[in-house]
Amino acid sequence: MTGFEAAAGDLPLVLQIVIPIVAEIGLLILLLVVLTMDLFTRSTRREAVGFVAAVGMLIIMGLNLVISFAWVNHPFFVENTVLGGMIRFDMLATIFRTMILLAAALACLIATDVEGLGRAGEFYAVTIAATLGMCLMSASADLVMLFLSLETASISLYILAGFLRNSETSSEAGIKYYLFGAFTSGLFLYGLSLIFGFTGTTNIYAIAEPLAALLDEGATSGVLGVVAALLLILVGFGFKISAVPFHFWTPDVYEGAPTPVTAFISTASKAASFALLVRVFDVIWPDAAAVYWTGLLAALAVITMTLGNVLALVQSNVKRLLAYSSIAQAGYTLIGVVALNQSTFGVAAVAFYMFMYVLTNIAAFTVVIVVANQIGGDDSQDFAGLHRRAPGLALAMTLALLSLSGVPPLAGFFGKFFLFSAAVDAGYVWLAVIGVLNSIVALYYYLVLIKVMWVDQAVEEGPLSFSTASSLVLWVTGAGMIIMGTVAGPWLGWAITAAENLTAMVP
Amino acid sequence: MLTFSPVSVSFFIMALFTIGGGLGVVTTRNLVHAALFLVLSLFGIAGLYVLLEAPYLAVIQVLVYVGAISILITITVMVTRRLMGIEETYNRQWPIAAIISGLLGAGLIALVVAQFGALTPVADVPVDNIEQLGRAFVTHQGFLLPFEVASVLLLAAMIGSIVISRDV
Repeated sequence: MTGFEAAAGDLPLVLQIVIPIVAEIGLLILLLVVLTMDLFTRSTRREAVGFVAAVGMLIIMGLNLVISFAWVNHPFFVENTVLGGMIRFDMLATIFRTMILLAAALACLIATDVEGLGRAGEFYAVTIAATLGMCLMSASADLVMLFLSLETASISLYILAGFLRNSETSSEAGIKYYLFGAFTSGLFLYGLSLIFGFTGTTNIYAIAEPLAALLDEGATSGVLGVVAALLLILVGFGFKISAVPFHFWTPDVYEGAPTPVTAFISTASKAASFALLVRVFDVIWPDAAAVYWTGLLAALAVITMTLGNVLALVQSNVKRLLAYSSIAQAGYTLIGVVALNQSTFGVAAVAFYMFMYVLTNIAAFTVVIVVANQIGGDDSQDFAGLHRRAPGLALAMTLALLSLSGVPPLAGFFGKFFLFSAAVDAGYVWLAVIGVLNSIVALYYYLVLIKVMWVDQAVEEGPLSFSTASSLVLWVTGAGMIIMGTVAGPWLGWAITAAENLTAMVP
Repeated sequence: MLTFSPVSVSFFIMALFTIGGGLGVVTTRNLVHAALFLVLSLFGIAGLYVLLEAPYLAVIQVLVYVGAISILITITVMVTRRLMGIEETYNRQWPIAAIISGLLGAGLIALVVAQFGALTPVADVPVDNIEQLGRAFVTHQGFLLPFEVASVLLLAAMIGSIVISRDV
């Protein structure tokens, strides 16, 4: 059916089916456990559901890691797409699944403190459904599977963004996200159907060949069609990773949605979308089409990081600031995607950067939640004098902001370093230069917020208290940032394995 | 050129439903009637699918469009009462609309006429295509995974709609 029916070797059928989707099976079981537990837990003690969800996802993450390392090099998985060509079981999927599950678990943990979310079992259930979709996104190898997993993630996220139905801003965020998302999904699907129409296959590993033949014929209509499909697909991806000019929803949704959801959307959803983007663009487009998409993506990267950074300069609300900063971060990451055609290091850099970004952004949003819970707002003056009221919080936020701006010895430094060196490797020196210039601009607004926390006088005094869950999340993410920033080697090695794994099957 | 066989007669009936329903949608002043005309038009399309030997598409057309979507439209129309019984059927932009739709219609007709008689079947339709489709949904070499994921999607959507619409 897929053209990759190599000998299954000595692998029993059950293992062929179960191993690639062990994370999804686990998540589905967890979803049902959480729903049942929600029924039988008293409404005052429902935070327990959140802890079960978080721990469950961490266990699934570990299980998936162990199984991946044990099985990923089996010839059957190296040579084939599995489950009827629907997904691919490789290290790239594993690395992105790991960060998605980690982000989801941490988001559930920080949600336990939040009014209106912490004691709603449905919140955790929908989060798990979204996570399931994202995990599949990072492994999809078929246009049908790809779109379905994307929609599973997106529709769950629309619900989560509008979850606080009594809050006007949350409802607005939900509706806005939904309208933008539905529209771009339509365009995306139209692009996919064009690709299917041109090639007659939905398996992304089988698409490149007929597409190359189409371009070789030199027929204008063929080139035009392919470019149209490329543009439409790019709209879909641009929306998901909030690249300029498809970013208009980002600040409003990030500000309006409940903060744990914002943390989840800005990390897990973005990571999953980048996984998909990397896989699709690496596999689907023949070398003849590279001229079109690398140029387009390079332009997209430049305007995304520049506009994101410039608009972030004038924000006074911290959630909006982080929203624009996340737009700029997507721009940096796109540099790695541009480079992937010339060097596999591009893929590794994207994976490393996303991992670091997930840890860092979760830390930042956790601090925002604690501050908003205790002080009652998330404008930057609410952060004034934070170091006197909660030194730990101020320190965690400072680490996160410095990591986002790429200051050593934090993870963000190596993240940016790898991205820019991938660009130089691939011959895009000018892109790396623009990236560096942008990082300098970004440093300014991150430092302003740091100054507000450490130098400005607080309006009120008195220490802030925060729950064990939040402090656990801050410890984990903080340690992660420092470890990835000091001992970057093993993580980069893992990312490089993933990158080589991805290209191993390209026909 | 026209021969009266059962197939061609039913084609004309279905075409009449489709086009007549479509005309009804845009000419009636009552939005509920427009919704009902839409049902008629969509039903005609389902009939055309049957004539094209695509029974599965026909069933889906009836289930999704004639069933679900038209109910959705009707309820939406009834909920937004202020929009019912609009007096003006035409607005000032009608000449532009007429020109655009006229051109579009002419183009489509030209396209169809140019292809007339030259149509060749793209692929053979297997007799048991519904059965094959059904099997593809439940075999692991087919579409088992997307099929199951679709149910997770629907579950999440159901939970979400309950959460958003219930009274707290």
